[in-house]
Amino acid sequence: MKILQQLREEGRAQDMTALIEHIPYARFLGIRVDRKGSEVTTVLPFRDSLIGNTMLPAIHGGAIGAMLEITSVIQLLFDSSCERLPKTIDISIDYLRSGRPQDLYGRAIVTRQGRRVANVRAELWQEEKDKPVAACHGHFLLTPA
Amino acid sequence: MNPKLKRPDLDKMPPHAQAIGIEIVGVEGRTVTVRVPYAEHLIGDPDTGVIHGGVMTTTLDNASGWAIRCHEDWTQDTSMATLDLRIDYMRPAIPNEDLVVQAECYKLTRNVAFVRGLAHQGDPDNPVASSTAAFMLGTPSGPRS
Repeated sequence: MKILQQLREEGRAQDMTALIEHIPYARFLGIRVDRKGSEVTTVLPFRDSLIGNTMLPAIHGGAIGAMLEITSVIQLLFDSSCERLPKTIDISIDYLRSGRPQDLYGRAIVTRQGRRVANVRAELWQEEKDKPVAACHGHFLLTPA
Repeated sequence: MNPKLKRPDLDKMPPHAQAIGIEIVGVEGRTVTVRVPYAEHLIGDPDTGVIHGGVMTTTLDNASGWAIRCHEDWTQDTSMATLDLRIDYMRPAIPNEDLVVQAECYKLTRNVAFVRGLAHQGDPDNPVASSTAAFMLGTPSGPRS
């Protein structure tokens, strides 16, 4: 059973928490989705296994990149009904500040959605939203198979 | 092997790299090779069993950092921070097969290191993903005040 199809049939097409729970890697990171009306915020609660630099300490750049990618895909799925999970074509990440050992929050905007490709921008922050930790823009393939 | 090569302590794996399961394969010249064994918790698409792009991001970022430490002009006590990382995804990784990532620091300047990376599953001519990254060198190595 395809996960998106299953959620749609259960009337939970926009239940991003249910989707996240079906993705092993998102569960492994511990990502949660906080939805307030039409606004979706992803949350990555801090845990020691996210550390990439023990001296600072700082969250691993890879975990930050993964969080940006998942935030982008969640927004894309929330905004539109996709037949299948979008495939990342490319992602370009700017690291703006080191990720402190605290929770991370993410928001994304779909800047353009075409028939085959969507352009998405995402940003992560910790204590202050206007002091972003990282930002990305990515291209995602929407066509089935 | 280049006698000038300052082999860094690559066994000191950050917690997040350990959680992903990254293993060092070897260092040859300026190229570092690592491997990520296929694992359940790395799956990004439950319908196909394909591992998540975030695993590639983490492994490419980590291997890129190690590649800098293997550059002949690297000084042991320099710290670094990823400035930007761009990843192109060429094809989904085949489930149940290990991921091999190679990273090469092809230019090291006083302030910035430039690194390219490639992820494949045994055949570098059939890559899963490639990356280009810039790292700032000489960044603070202690906790921020």
